Amino acid sequence: MTDTPSPAQKTQRPTLINEFAPRRSFLARFQRWEWMLVALIIAVIFLNSRLSPFFLNGRNISRTSSDFMEMGMMMLPMVFIIISGNIDLSVASNLGMCASFMGWLFNQGVNIWVAALAALLLGMLGGLMNGLLIARLKIPSLVVTLGTFAFFRGVAYVLLGDQAARGYPAAFKYIGQGMLPGTLVPFSVALFALLALIFGLVLHKTTFGRYLFAIGSNQNSSIYSGVPVERIKIIIFTLSGLMAALAGLILAARFGSTRPDIGTGLELSVITAAVLGGVDINGGIGTMPGAVLSLTLIGLMRFGMGLLNIQGQVQGIAIGMLLILSILLPNIIRQTSGTKALLKRQVFWRVLAVAGIFALFFYFFFWSRAPVLAGG
Amino acid sequence: MRHYKLFHVLAALAIVCLLLSACSPAATPEPTQPPAPPPTEAPAATEPPAATEPEPTEAMEATEPAASGGDKTYVLVPKNLGNPYFDTGNTGAQEAAEELGVTVLYQGSATADATEQIQLINSLIAQNVSGLAISANDADALAPVGQDAMNAGIPVVSWDSSIATEGRMLHINQAEADGIAAVQIQMASDLAGGEGQIAILSATSTAPNQNAWIELMEQELEKPENANLELVATVYGDDQDEKSYNEALGLMQTYPDLKVIIAPTTVGIAAAARAVQDENRVGEVMVTGLGTPNQMREYVKSGASPQFALWNPADLGYLAIYALDALANGTITGQPGDTFTAGKLGEYTVLEDTSVLLGPPTVFDENNIDDFDF
Repeated sequence: MTDTPSPAQKTQRPTLINEFAPRRSFLARFQRWEWMLVALIIAVIFLNSRLSPFFLNGRNISRTSSDFMEMGMMMLPMVFIIISGNIDLSVASNLGMCASFMGWLFNQGVNIWVAALAALLLGMLGGLMNGLLIARLKIPSLVVTLGTFAFFRGVAYVLLGDQAARGYPAAFKYIGQGMLPGTLVPFSVALFALLALIFGLVLHKTTFGRYLFAIGSNQNSSIYSGVPVERIKIIIFTLSGLMAALAGLILAARFGSTRPDIGTGLELSVITAAVLGGVDINGGIGTMPGAVLSLTLIGLMRFGMGLLNIQGQVQGIAIGMLLILSILLPNIIRQTSGTKALLKRQVFWRVLAVAGIFALFFYFFFWSRAPVLAGG
Repeated sequence: MRHYKLFHVLAALAIVCLLLSACSPAATPEPTQPPAPPPTEAPAATEPPAATEPEPTEAMEATEPAASGGDKTYVLVPKNLGNPYFDTGNTGAQEAAEELGVTVLYQGSATADATEQIQLINSLIAQNVSGLAISANDADALAPVGQDAMNAGIPVVSWDSSIATEGRMLHINQAEADGIAAVQIQMASDLAGGEGQIAILSATSTAPNQNAWIELMEQELEKPENANLELVATVYGDDQDEKSYNEALGLMQTYPDLKVIIAPTTVGIAAAARAVQDENRVGEVMVTGLGTPNQMREYVKSGASPQFALWNPADLGYLAIYALDALANGTITGQPGDTFTAGKLGEYTVLEDTSVLLGPPTVFDENNIDDFDF
């Protein structure tokens, strides 16, 4: 008898936070977006391995995977920031500033590792600046980071101008180009996997992670519940700056050189990966596994389309359609599984509609290949 | 209930899509699948009845370049797609492909960005193509991926904009940087009447060829005969039409006495000439630099841009494919002093810095512009 009140308590929670609603039945569990991503990844792997003999090749996958790691590094703190209801548009510019700073120091004759450490500190400083402006002065993160987006990139150009830093030692290039000894796993991928695990644990297993969801769901009630909102915002933006700097080091090492335009435009890819992973742009909802899966999906899709010589613009269209789908689908699922009053017929039509969008997506996937296959 | 109808429509759409996708995609994977495991088998033999239909045969070439032993597939990589200059390079490359009996694919990134270009080249290496001719968005950043390609046995040349020496075997140089800088300052001096303010409208501030030219133009301006020409500004239009247009407007507003805008980029020169025309400053401000005849014809005739120079990019693409073929066949190894014949262009020698020089640039004005069509 003592047990009965607590399940009743639990069934009340879903009405507060909608994301728990689908967990009630076995079937509903598979409606979670993460499973959709897994299904899509399997579909993409299956299709691509049939379409190109070069797709399932360890060396090729290894070579292409490191192309997406800088994006991944910046995506991890971006998940934190978006869940907390904020956004950071300055990450790619911060990456450029830190990589350029390191290159500039290296050109001045500073040891590369000292320069790298200084770049990491500068990244943190840049992130801290974002955090202080957002938390202390209460300026919306969109505005602050839009400003620092231009500011950081400007600093990068001031540091290096039209010059390049080059000739990094081999030991440094290893972090961007090297592989774990005896394997085909690039060092950057291993580092990303480790960091993703840590970020995932922090998000889903610590009080700090719960605070992020709380702030994103309702900032005012979080403040009144004693959540240290300001401090947490400063911490996540500083973290974002640090990871952007790390991504900058890895990208510079992969290029073997730095120019001030390094990584331009990556911020939108980073946000795309997070949102496609089911992180709600309005805050309060999202998972780390979802984000990592979506990064994998984008990487595999881009690689597969690249192997079939599909033009970059068309690749963008495919990713864009997928993104729209990712926003549509969870909405429909929430509507269909949230209320019991729904007619069974209506549910049927909705499922069919989603299936239709999927079909449209895959149809496009093939159609986009046709002009390439037909005429180069 | 209002949404009810919407879902009916969507559902109907879905069914149509399912039907469509059931028909067409099935056709694409089937021909491409069989040649996957046996790379030594001649893939052409697996589908003789398809010879009349262009689609499946092309599909074979696109996905299966390496497996077909004798058929070589080279890839011409521009800085970005949608740039008429590079597209013209491709027409020359296709002409060379026809003469050599090889396939040349034209593959580029959506934007002129090194990160995207590297992704693209990685996927081309993965396909094990027979050779790469790349116009680099960043000389140094492209070097590691160029080395990867060469380690995988794929010959790499750069064309138009070079890759650092360690990342390619040859660079196909459109013209000596000295010659390009000199001809542009010469034209600017002619148009300005030997004295006055001039400005440069460049592409991106990191483009290696642009920076080399700007540096040499500055040196050229230090010569006594150019002492009365004053370079007042260098601005960057990022090879985007709208940005270049606005930068040109800005130059005219900031420097009312400006006489000449030099734009060593095909996007920039056309945008600047249009800006001069739109502002009714034809005859006061003159635009020169590097452009293509088809794009500049209107401005040459209106007087907004009385003369400009360029090498023929079609010849450049043509030469790049011939050089790549000579490397792939082992006719040359890319050492200085190696010689090879490039079809209609004649014989070329690899220079000391492992580059091949196309030839001097041509100056276009209203007397000769109608003789060119590219």
